Amino acid sequence: MSSSNVSVPAALKAKIAATRAKLDDHVLETVDWHFNPKTGTPFWLDYAKNILKWDPRKEVKSYAGLNKFPLFEDEWLRGGPVRRWVPKAYAKMPISTFETGGSTGVPKSRISYQDYRIDYEMFSRTLPDKYFPKGADWLHVGPSGPRRLRLAVEHLAQHRGGICFMVDLDPRFVVKLIKWGEMAMMERYKGHVIDQALTLLKAHPNVKCMFTTPKLLEALCEKVSLSKMGITGIFCGGTEMTPQFHRFAVEELLGPEIYFAPTYGNTLMGLAVHKEPTKEDNWAIIYYPPMPRAVLEVVDPDKPEDLVPYGGTGRVRLTTLTKEVFIPRFLERDECEREAPCAKFPFDGVRNVRPFSRFNTSVVEGVY
Amino acid sequence: MLHLPILRKGRPYESVDKSVTVHHRTREPLVAISQANPGLIRRDMLSLPEVARAMAGFTCAELIALCEKAAVHFMNDSLPLGGATQSPQEYVEQLSATTGLPHVMVRRNMEKIGGVMANMSSVLRGLTRNLDLSILDTGYGEDNRTVVSYFRRGDSLGVVLPSNSPGVHALWVPAFALKTPLVLKPGSSEPWSPYRVIQAFLKAGAPPEAWGFYPADHAGAGEILRHCGRGMVFGDVSTTRKYASDPRIEVHGPGWSKIILGEDEVDRWPDYIDLMAASIAENSGRSCVNASGVWVPRHGKDIAEALAQKLAKFQPRPADAPDAEIAPFADGGVAGRVNRMVDAALSEPGCRDVTAAHREGPRLVEFEGCSYLLPTIVWCDSHEHGLANKEYLFPFASVVEVPQASMPEILGPTLVLTAITKDPELKRRCLKYQHIGRLNFGAIQTNRIVWDQPHEGNLFDHLYARRAFQAAELQTA
Repeated sequence: MSSSNVSVPAALKAKIAATRAKLDDHVLETVDWHFNPKTGTPFWLDYAKNILKWDPRKEVKSYAGLNKFPLFEDEWLRGGPVRRWVPKAYAKMPISTFETGGSTGVPKSRISYQDYRIDYEMFSRTLPDKYFPKGADWLHVGPSGPRRLRLAVEHLAQHRGGICFMVDLDPRFVVKLIKWGEMAMMERYKGHVIDQALTLLKAHPNVKCMFTTPKLLEALCEKVSLSKMGITGIFCGGTEMTPQFHRFAVEELLGPEIYFAPTYGNTLMGLAVHKEPTKEDNWAIIYYPPMPRAVLEVVDPDKPEDLVPYGGTGRVRLTTLTKEVFIPRFLERDECEREAPCAKFPFDGVRNVRPFSRFNTSVVEGVY
Repeated sequence: MLHLPILRKGRPYESVDKSVTVHHRTREPLVAISQANPGLIRRDMLSLPEVARAMAGFTCAELIALCEKAAVHFMNDSLPLGGATQSPQEYVEQLSATTGLPHVMVRRNMEKIGGVMANMSSVLRGLTRNLDLSILDTGYGEDNRTVVSYFRRGDSLGVVLPSNSPGVHALWVPAFALKTPLVLKPGSSEPWSPYRVIQAFLKAGAPPEAWGFYPADHAGAGEILRHCGRGMVFGDVSTTRKYASDPRIEVHGPGWSKIILGEDEVDRWPDYIDLMAASIAENSGRSCVNASGVWVPRHGKDIAEALAQKLAKFQPRPADAPDAEIAPFADGGVAGRVNRMVDAALSEPGCRDVTAAHREGPRLVEFEGCSYLLPTIVWCDSHEHGLANKEYLFPFASVVEVPQASMPEILGPTLVLTAITKDPELKRRCLKYQHIGRLNFGAIQTNRIVWDQPHEGNLFDHLYARRAFQAAELQTA
């Protein structure tokens, strides 16, 4: 991370430096854990020995030291044995596997023990109690099944003293329907999901908080006023949100009585939280990663080792640093503008994340 | 920079997301167009049944009167354009700037749109086959001594519009007079005409709720067509294919319009060269009603030579030249791609670019920073050649010899067919052939449109259906 191309007040500069120092310490700890023969991850131990042929525990002294690693290839996550990703220290712990992709072919798997709980407890601290009241029940309407969201949202609800109701949506089926040109069937499937959500909302008045995706939120709000149904907080994510959608959601779908918390997350990273919108932001959606457990950077797509200037557009590069998973320098399939640190988040953020334009493929986001 | 807002029930809405359309020549940004997110479109469409009920409160006569007033405003007045205003001349210049269409062609198209609005009464007479329009007000009545009842098939007409030529806007305007709220998705480089039409209607006193103007991406277009009661889509084969089997949607794809000469007339072919050339090249060949084929039993090579000689004289001229005959491509890259496609097809044996020998230089030329494809006439040995039945967005036509006995079936789908013949048998077969949208007998240009003679579907039939009906009060004693 570099903040050289913005003028930064002294107090913020100090905060940035402190955060950076904390990140450097965290990197050393994480690298030591994953490459230690006693606690380490079989994949990384094998990789260091046979591919890198150098010892990251000796060579990596800071976050910048991770640049010695080549870019992480998410293809490594397809197929088994999945246990090669389980750190030896956790070999006897109850392990979950979460999947991403998989509409066709083998999905990518990421193992998890406690991370989703930690990430969502961190996220919980960013939610205002006024709108996400402690003890209120939750409704999850969105992808679940093999996805991390299934357990994560339920844990979030439980962590805040609530119970989580669930309505499942199978995004892989939606992708197939769209590929088949079965748009009418897709609408019916969406209707089926929304009908279940409405039934639960009507039957359980203590549901005040929801997780859902942008498209399902739109579909729900076409049927009912969520405010009248007693909802006070919406946690929204799963697919791209544009600034215009952000404005539309706040001004028209939800209104002033419901708090809208857009998030950017995935199975590999965890959850990036949004910065409260200001007038100057003009509805841009600005996210900050869960530092130091994950770092989001915006890099030149042609030279992914170089950060773009603040405000510049580039590709998202993710580094995840937890005891369960080490993902150095992974190029996401997203692009955005690089956002400067601020007092609340003294590290880099990302603005207006959207599918990476150079892939030039229309992303199928029909229902979810 | 100019800004075009979304119109939600006729009221401007500035989106956070805007797309910028550039001047085709300078590549300088000219207009920022607010983009509607699909959810916003769908949300607005929830209230369309209510709007349709309000529209039903107007009589057709009242709506026709509004059309006539709006025509005057459209043709003559300065009208709102986002936060600015737009005079008729500015409309011509702005439309030309983003589409490349020369001013003289924009004006012709403007007159076409204004003409339909001004003559709505006769347009509706043609569409409804002279139905007493008060029957649409009451829902039933006597027509030609028969009791009839009509009902509206949907609460709105959603239209996904093209950018190629503004004349197409004349097709959907009558929906307003037929009491149908409109949900329009403009083409990315031609938002000007639908916006101006709406502003003219608003100035005339039309209910704002009847008008939706939603610049959007493909997803937005899909939402409009999925959720409108009735729809209309313009586009190429790949765009229109997915709606081909949806009876709610009227599809306006490529025209493949043609001229044929019968055995009885073909020896007089020189008499028809001007008509053929005009059918091919007017409006710079951009319309689906422009001829893209001349199919004859003999003299094909002579006809191709004569057409080539005539059309090879076309040269690019400044956009405001009163004698401009050809338009540049708004995107020069597209011109290059189309040119390569034509060349690739010409490399197949059995085909020749006849114009090549008559023009000085290549087909693709640059003039004042713009890319033009000059008129091209090809001679094909066989109707099966890849170029024999092709349509491009510039003056292009193939000349093919086929036996009269094989016509018109050999032509395939043909939006407009001008059949120059007096042969009753050929005329009978043309009348029988189901893949002709508009049939002209005799020396009529393919692009001479009479608006009370709709092709590609009849808007009235698209919007209204007739039910069986009896009423005791109407039964004679």
